[in-house]
Amino acid sequence: MSMKPKKVIILGSSALKIGEAGEFDYSGSQAIKALKEEGIRTILVNPNIATIQTSEGLPDRVYFLPVNAHFVGGVIEKERPDGILLGFGGQTALNCGVALHRNGILHKYRVRVLGTPIQVIRDTEDRKRFVSKLAEAGIETPRSEAVGSVEEAVKVASGIGYPVMLRIAYALGGLGSGICKSAEEVRERASRALAHTEQVLVEEYLEGWKEVEYEVVRDRFDNCVTVCNMENFDPMGIHTGESIVIAPSQTLSNREYHMLRDLSIRAVRHLGVVGECNIQFALDPFSENYRVIEVNARLSRSSALASKATGYPLAFIAAKLGLGYSLTELPNKVTGKTKVCFEPALDYVVVKMPRWDMKKFRNVSLQLGSGMKSVGEVMSIGRSFEEALQKALRMLEIGVDGIVANSNMRLLDDLDEELGHPTDRRIFFIPAALKQGYTVDRLHELTHIDRWFLHKIEHIVEVEGRLSRTAGHACPRDLLLEAKRAGFSDIQISRLLGKSEDEVRESRRNLGILPVIKQIDTLAAEYPAGTNYLYLTYNGDEDDVEFSGETRPVIVLGSGAYRIGSSVEFDWCCVNAVSTLRKLGRSTIVINYNPETVSTDYDECDRLYFDELSFETVIEICKRERPGGVIVSMGGQIPNNLAVRLAGAGVEILGTSARCVDNAEDRHKFSKLLDDLGVDQPEWNELESREEAIEFARRVGYPVLVRPSYVLSGAAMSVASNDTELIRYLERAVEISRDYPIVITKFIENAKEIELDAVARHGELVIDAISEHVEYAGVHSGDATIVLPPQRTYLETTRRVKLIARKIARALEIHGPFNIQFVARDNAVLVIECNLRASRSFPFVSKICGTNYIDVATRVMAGAEIPDQFPSVFDLEYVGVKAPQFSFTRLEGADPTLGVEMASTGEVGCLGDDFEEAFLKALLSVGYKLPVKNILLSTGPIESKAEFLANARMLVEMGMNLYATGGTANFLRGTGIETSELHWPLDKESPNTLEFISEGKIDLVINIPKNYQEEELTNDYLIRRAAVDYGVPLLTDLQLARRFVEALSNKTLEDLQIKSWGEYL
Amino acid sequence: MQMDGTSSAKLILENGSEFDGVSFGFSRSAAGEVVFNTGMVGYAESLTDPSYRGQILVFTYPLIGNYGIPADKIIDGISSVFESGSVRVDGVVVSGYSANHSHWNSAGSLGEWLIAHEVPAISGVDTRRLTRLLRESGTMPGKILFPGGDIPFRNPNEDNLVEGAGVSEPVVYERSSPRVVLVDCGCKHNILRSLLERDVTVKRVPWNYDFADEPCDGVILSNGPGDPKMCGAAVENVKKAMGHDIPVFGICLGNQILGLAAGGSTYKLKFGHRSQNQPCLEVGGARCHITSQNHGYAVDTRTLPAGWEPWFINANDGTNEGIRHRSRPFMSVQFHPEASPGPVDTGFLFDMFLERLG
Repeated sequence: MSMKPKKVIILGSSALKIGEAGEFDYSGSQAIKALKEEGIRTILVNPNIATIQTSEGLPDRVYFLPVNAHFVGGVIEKERPDGILLGFGGQTALNCGVALHRNGILHKYRVRVLGTPIQVIRDTEDRKRFVSKLAEAGIETPRSEAVGSVEEAVKVASGIGYPVMLRIAYALGGLGSGICKSAEEVRERASRALAHTEQVLVEEYLEGWKEVEYEVVRDRFDNCVTVCNMENFDPMGIHTGESIVIAPSQTLSNREYHMLRDLSIRAVRHLGVVGECNIQFALDPFSENYRVIEVNARLSRSSALASKATGYPLAFIAAKLGLGYSLTELPNKVTGKTKVCFEPALDYVVVKMPRWDMKKFRNVSLQLGSGMKSVGEVMSIGRSFEEALQKALRMLEIGVDGIVANSNMRLLDDLDEELGHPTDRRIFFIPAALKQGYTVDRLHELTHIDRWFLHKIEHIVEVEGRLSRTAGHACPRDLLLEAKRAGFSDIQISRLLGKSEDEVRESRRNLGILPVIKQIDTLAAEYPAGTNYLYLTYNGDEDDVEFSGETRPVIVLGSGAYRIGSSVEFDWCCVNAVSTLRKLGRSTIVINYNPETVSTDYDECDRLYFDELSFETVIEICKRERPGGVIVSMGGQIPNNLAVRLAGAGVEILGTSARCVDNAEDRHKFSKLLDDLGVDQPEWNELESREEAIEFARRVGYPVLVRPSYVLSGAAMSVASNDTELIRYLERAVEISRDYPIVITKFIENAKEIELDAVARHGELVIDAISEHVEYAGVHSGDATIVLPPQRTYLETTRRVKLIARKIARALEIHGPFNIQFVARDNAVLVIECNLRASRSFPFVSKICGTNYIDVATRVMAGAEIPDQFPSVFDLEYVGVKAPQFSFTRLEGADPTLGVEMASTGEVGCLGDDFEEAFLKALLSVGYKLPVKNILLSTGPIESKAEFLANARMLVEMGMNLYATGGTANFLRGTGIETSELHWPLDKESPNTLEFISEGKIDLVINIPKNYQEEELTNDYLIRRAAVDYGVPLLTDLQLARRFVEALSNKTLEDLQIKSWGEYL
Repeated sequence: MQMDGTSSAKLILENGSEFDGVSFGFSRSAAGEVVFNTGMVGYAESLTDPSYRGQILVFTYPLIGNYGIPADKIIDGISSVFESGSVRVDGVVVSGYSANHSHWNSAGSLGEWLIAHEVPAISGVDTRRLTRLLRESGTMPGKILFPGGDIPFRNPNEDNLVEGAGVSEPVVYERSSPRVVLVDCGCKHNILRSLLERDVTVKRVPWNYDFADEPCDGVILSNGPGDPKMCGAAVENVKKAMGHDIPVFGICLGNQILGLAAGGSTYKLKFGHRSQNQPCLEVGGARCHITSQNHGYAVDTRTLPAGWEPWFINANDGTNEGIRHRSRPFMSVQFHPEASPGPVDTGFLFDMFLERLG
């Protein structure tokens, strides 16, 4: 093909954040595969080091650099690509592409935008142009007007009539959007929004309308098909990323389905999209009136979901269409017989459920609305809605076993309030209300959720009732079968029948009630398909696939929903483990249910079970597949927790034995082991009473770390500095989990935190990497800035760390990957945690060191050869820095500080010739901006004020303008440093900190909290929150702030080199 | 799924396969040819499509009945919402049936409607297993049986299903010009609606009506059930019309009738095309259309005489999806440009044909 480029640059989406998550790793990886197949050289810019797309063997060259016009421009100048893909890295890539177009770089270096032209992207992104474009084609959009000022916004709003919807142009995930019911609310929201953007939209609010999406692909020959449609369970008013989504739509008639389908195609054709496009509709539930809400002319979260829901690889196809192919030329790889110019027919139903982690944030509003707060999602597949719905709820891993029959679920709140003003728990209030006598009609009135969905939930409640009425008797086969078909797990049934889970399973099996394995084949069985994309259902009586029993495949258990603390890094581990196993000639099976992942791409393994990671499901699969082994150490904590039960059921676990995993996971056993080994650990105790707790805390000395010994989701860790705080935290911990004791640990202050990621074979250390945190202990390791190789750790400390690791590896007979976290002060080294599985930092460590630790670990577990020696981390001639990405902007009200609870949603990893270069690149990748001129300081307690003094001097020497709050200003003045004092927010006096932040007069806020956990809405909180809300970079950790100031004084933006990963290794 | 107040029923295929289910329609055993449709919406439209005469229809989409059944109004013999005045299948087989339906224009449940039309229906069947079986062995006779009685298998294709599928007397819908004759072999009402929307005067005639002397600008051959070779009279009438150079446009069965009238032959497909996602390539062009289909027979293009050419072919299996004469105004498509159910992408074909009528 003449138009085929030779070298293409692909932009990634950078760190995972709310609204822009793992789906773009999947999309980008598919695009790279699609280009490689054509012999095109691929250059990827993405600082997200934990992604699969930035792995060796995928793109030809990777740049771990910020995705912005400065750095990408530099890469273009250096690499001279002739094409660029903008549609595979979310809004980040799209915005960068538009900027590169505007600043003339694309034109200057003759880089052709492949696929949808820039002009079309701008037509879809600029609301005004978008509305007029669609109007040209006779397509309805909500009544809306773009405004540039707060007063204009109020005027337009009163014209349309309240309530109105406020939206921001060029926003990802509905950032800053919201419903306003009064002029006052418009004022507040508009002024905040206008701090981020120049344009705000005021729109008619379509409360209660159905929300429906279509995924459309179009080639340059104008062939256009809709690959999937999806219906939101939660109607208009709740962001689609926050909604439960069902594919295909369930409550649309043929006329409605095809009317919207036709409109989608007309819109996409008229706009001129080439590739993939998502279009969102609002549909009146009482007529065929509709509005087009949004068009995304790029791959999106929905397109990733649609790909997984249908088996149609949207991103792969979109990349090919960008190269100029026609839909009629490209083969449907699922059937192997047909072409991709078709629309998948599903013979199952898919439910997507968002995963929230609200409890991880302090002060955050729990209410769902038009902004996105969820951090991940799950997708379930069934042949009844009830089955898919209950599966999805279990997949969330939030401690529920379905929509009903849960333990520990208290739903005593005001039902009308909970149903009408949804929070992350609304779904559970529906069955609760039904049991209280609410009718489906009443529920519909309160929630606007379509009655069809509510009736299905009513059916589940009804089955629940019948099951519980048979408690004490033998459950009839028909009822048990109906329950399984309605998605009840064995645990739920056991709870209702008053039996044990094992008893239910045994009687179920004896009655011959077993799930069947069905394929996803894109054509509802119309054509034979050799597809390996599978799911389990009780709504059927025949398996689609055969089980030879001879291949003895290896099952790799995935990591489930992305959530805070477990995200793309574990998917990287799973994908790499599978890849190594395949290289070793082993047949592979993946079980996972996260639609955003590469591991759930059916061409990554020999068989993909898109299903639950519960013991029940995994054991059903094992009974059919008779695996040669199961790997539980790649997918983080979910599979790790299954180790003991699976081993107990006779399943062979590859890697460290389940008994040893238990010895590391059980706090008492592990502690005793450390004592036996003579390894130090912070003092801790498990306590039941308040008196014991206070006595213990006083004995070891404050501060202490408090947490419940068992936590469902959104842990509740806190650091208490005195008796009062301790009592407060104890009360909260008890509220969260009444039945479990509290664990209190001595908290070591001003200590370094060190991590060791390693692989051992039969208890002998094979390879290890030691890295250090920039922040002192007390900042969760997932939120810490991590440096490899360590720059500020004593040699003696690293020697001890390694020694301890050897001892532990031997004692636990570790055979596979593991991670140990240490705190070190002076030369004392204490162990604080040990995981006998791959950790969050494995991809970072692997990519910085140039040795794939997962490959090594997998070879060890599979009993394959490994090299005798690996290069030492200390020989590296460059430095890698991993930095966290926070999503506080989206979490209204959340206090953006660092603490013992993890709060970051993603991470980046960058390389540099020295620490400062890598560090600055990493910080720029997660949203910090250069140059900095005006800095607002409030540097916390006196010790940190003193510690920061040298850094304040540096800032002055650099010619920065320093602003400070009272205490800090006084302190600095006393040392001869000039600052302008600003009043605290609550002082309401000018010049005020809030005023300076909101007016864009501050480029950086350094705000060091005074204690570990401030709960109140203090002045400091208001400053931090304002910084986040107005998009001003914020530093809240003293060590991090000091390193940043030092880096600023030594480096400028121009000093940060454009060097690819390969150039460092 | 045995539930209170429902009775069990089963589907038995001629090859002996059995599928247990629960009745949600009329309680009477029925026999017919078992076929499957992969559409995810449009059950009401499909069930009223006269082309399903003699058939037991299996929906591969597992949730059926969700949005109920709308109220119908018949004006001038044309249904306002359905494809004919009644349910035309002989039986319905689904995996999951939603008795609780929800839609603003729903007037009742699918089950109630089927009972009113005396059509048996069963749910709780592994329709994917059934579909795989039909795909591998081909469509075959089957029967829905209720406990306590048996009925014989029946192969409907041995009958002339077109007889009685459409009108028995001509009906004229006066509009503007042009004026077309619609040969009703079991015409879907959306063909009529599509023409009347375009202000065309339509004379709807029985399948074997001799329209040679009718004053008209063109002839449209409708869809219909069964084997085209049973439609000898229609084939002869079309031959006569072509002799007078009257423009002809065929749809579905109309494609096969035109093929036979041109001198070609037709054959039975193993399991047919019944779906809303069939890609059809325009021969000699780069365009591919997503189409709605319901047919069990196809034109064998190798048998077409000189002067004729394939117009569309199926991108999945290469079967014929339309033919046309190279120089004269005769054309037909195997798919349904009137959609209903299904995508409306090829509605432009009506305009294209009508333009040729001047």
